[in-house]
Amino acid sequence: MTAATQTAARGAAGGWRRVLREQPMIPLSFILLLLVIAYAVARPGVVNADWAGVILRAAVPLAILAGCQTLTMLTGGIDLSVGAVASMAGFVVASLVNGPGLWVGLAVALTAALLAGLLTGIGVGIFRVHPLIMSLGVSFVVLGLANAWQIATVTSSTGTVPEFRIIGSDRFLQIIPYSLVVFLPLAALILVGLKRTGYGRMLYAIGDNPIAARLSGARGWQVLIVLYVISALMAAVGGFLLSGLTNVSSVTLADSLVLPSVAAAVIGGTSIFGGRGGYVGTILGALILTVLSALLTALGYPEAVRQILFGIIIVVVAATYTRVIGET
Amino acid sequence: MSAASGTVGSTQRAPADALVAWARRNGWVLCLLVLLGALFVFTKMINPGYGVTGLQGFAISVLPLAMAAVAQAICVIGGGIDLSVGSMMALTSVVAATQMKGQGEEFGVVVVVGVLLLGLVLGAVNGSVIVLTRVPDIVVTLAMAFVWGGSALVILASPTAGSAQWLKDLVLGSLVSEWIPKAAVLLLVIVAVVWIPLRRTRLGLSIYAIGSNQLAAFRSGVSVGRTKVAAYSLTGLFAALGGLSLTASTGIGNPVPGPYTLLSVAAVVLGGVSLAGGRGGVFGPIIGVLILVLIQNDLAFLSLDPNLSLVTQGLILIGVVMFGSLIQWRQGRR
Repeated sequence: MTAATQTAARGAAGGWRRVLREQPMIPLSFILLLLVIAYAVARPGVVNADWAGVILRAAVPLAILAGCQTLTMLTGGIDLSVGAVASMAGFVVASLVNGPGLWVGLAVALTAALLAGLLTGIGVGIFRVHPLIMSLGVSFVVLGLANAWQIATVTSSTGTVPEFRIIGSDRFLQIIPYSLVVFLPLAALILVGLKRTGYGRMLYAIGDNPIAARLSGARGWQVLIVLYVISALMAAVGGFLLSGLTNVSSVTLADSLVLPSVAAAVIGGTSIFGGRGGYVGTILGALILTVLSALLTALGYPEAVRQILFGIIIVVVAATYTRVIGET
Repeated sequence: MSAASGTVGSTQRAPADALVAWARRNGWVLCLLVLLGALFVFTKMINPGYGVTGLQGFAISVLPLAMAAVAQAICVIGGGIDLSVGSMMALTSVVAATQMKGQGEEFGVVVVVGVLLLGLVLGAVNGSVIVLTRVPDIVVTLAMAFVWGGSALVILASPTAGSAQWLKDLVLGSLVSEWIPKAAVLLLVIVAVVWIPLRRTRLGLSIYAIGSNQLAAFRSGVSVGRTKVAAYSLTGLFAALGGLSLTASTGIGNPVPGPYTLLSVAAVVLGGVSLAGGRGGVFGPIIGVLILVLIQNDLAFLSLDPNLSLVTQGLILIGVVMFGSLIQWRQGRR
C-alpha cells in the first residue's frame, strides 16, 4: 500500500518535472510574473500598459541578440561577435545616411554583417575553430574596422537615423512599440524555422550529436556557415533597433548587451552544450532580464549594487531552473 | 608477452627518442617559441633602438595579462572556463590599492597576503557555485563577473593611487643584468613555485583527469566536485596575482575590468590548451600572451592606426588558431 502510494507519488513528481521540462515557459512565466509583482510593490501605480510598452521596447534588441545566441547555442556554439556587429551596423547606417542615403547605408551595413558572419562561419564550419574564439577574433576585427571607419568618415553627429528612432523608440498609441513590427515577424520566422523546417531540425541534430548528424547526411559545415551568417544579420537588425532606442550610434553601443544576451538564452532553457532549447524561452529570458534591471533601477540602488544583484539573481534563477527540471 | 616486452622497450628508449617524443608532445609550444623569436628579430629590425628599456616596458605590460592567462589556463585544463577573471583582477587590485593607501610599508605585506587569500576565496566561491548548482561553468562565471565587478565599484568608484613602494620595486626595474626584467623573473618564480610542483601532485593530476573525462575521473576515484573547486580557487589565486601586478605596475587600483577576460581566453587557446579541457599547460598560454602583446607593440612601432592594429590582432588570432586546428584535423585523419 505504502509502496504503491510512493510509486504513484514518484510518478506524479516525474510527470510534473516532464511537463516543466517540455514546457519551460511555465516556470519562466512564473518568474516573470513574480518580478512584475515585485516591481508593482516597489513602485505602486507605475505598472500599467504604458510601462509594459516601455519594457517591451527595451527588451526587443536584447531578445534579438539573444536569438543569435539561441540559434548558435543549439549547435553547441556561441556568438560573441553580436555586440561588435550590432554596433557596427547601427553606426555604419548613421554615418552614411547624410551622404549616400538610408538604403545605401542599410545595404552596406548588412553586407558588412554578412561578411563578418561568413568569416565566423568559415572558421567554425570548415576550420573547426572553437566558436567562442572564432567569434571573439571576428569581434576584434569588426570593432577595429568600425573604429577605422569612424575616423575615416569623421562623423560628428552622435545621434542616429530618424527612421530608426521611430521604429526603435516610438510607440503606437503611446503603448505598443513599433519595434514589434520588426520583431514579431522575425520571432515567428525563427520559431517556425526551428520547428518546421529541415534546416531547423539540422541545427538541433548537429548540437545533439555532430557525428550522428554527419552520418545521416547533414553537411555540418554548410549548416554552420549559413547559421553564423544568419546570426550576424540578426545582430545587425538588433543593432538598428538598439541605436533607434537609445538614439546613439557608437561603435561600442551593443557591447554591454553581449553577456546579457548569453544569460537570456541560458535562463530561457537553451543548453550551452547544444541540442536542447528554443526561442520562446529566450524571449521570456530577455523579458525577465529587462524587468529585473528595471526593478533594480526603480529600487534606487547605485550602479555597482545593481550589478552585484543582477549577477546573483542570474545564478539563482539558472540554478532553480536547473534544479526544477532535473537536468544535470 | 609481446605487450610486456613492448612496455619494457618503451621505457628503455634512447634519450634521443625521448627528446623527439618530448618535442612532438610540445610541438605547438615550440612552434610558438619560434614565432616569438621571429617576432623579436622583427621588432629589432623595425626599431633598431629596441633594447633594455623596451624589454623592461614589455615585461611590465605583459605581467597582468600573463597572470590572467595562467589563471584561465588552470580552469580550462580542468574542463571549465572562467569569464570572471577580469572582474576578479579588478576587485583584488582595488582592494590592494585601498588597503595600502596611506599605510606603512610593512602593512603592505599583510595586504598582499590578504589579497591572495581573497583571490583563493573568490575562486572557491565560483567553483562551489558551479559544483553545487550544476549550472554550466560559462553561465555561472559570467554572472559572477557582474558580482565581482560590482563589488569592485562598491569599494572604489574611480581609480585611486595606492601601492606600497616595495611592491612597485618588485616589478619595476631589472635583476642581476639589466637585460633581465624583474617582472619576467617574478612571473617565472611564481609559476615555478605554484604550478610546477602542483602538476606532479595528486591534485594536479586530478585537474587534468576531470578536464579530459569527468566520468572516467569519477570512476577512478577522483572527487570531481572538490577538484573543480580547487581548480577554480587556483584560478582565483592567479587572478589575484594579476590584480596585484596591475596595482604594482601602475600604482593605482582601477575598478573597471580591463580586456583581460577575453584576452586570457584567446591566449589560452593560442597557447595550445584545448577548450575541451584536459590538455596543455601554462607555459603555452604565457608565450601566447607574449606574442599577442609583442604584435601590438610592433604595430605601434610601425605607427599603424591603433584601430587597424586591433584588426590585425584579431586576424592573427584567427589565423593561428585556424592553422592549429587544421593541423590537428589532419593528424586526426591520419
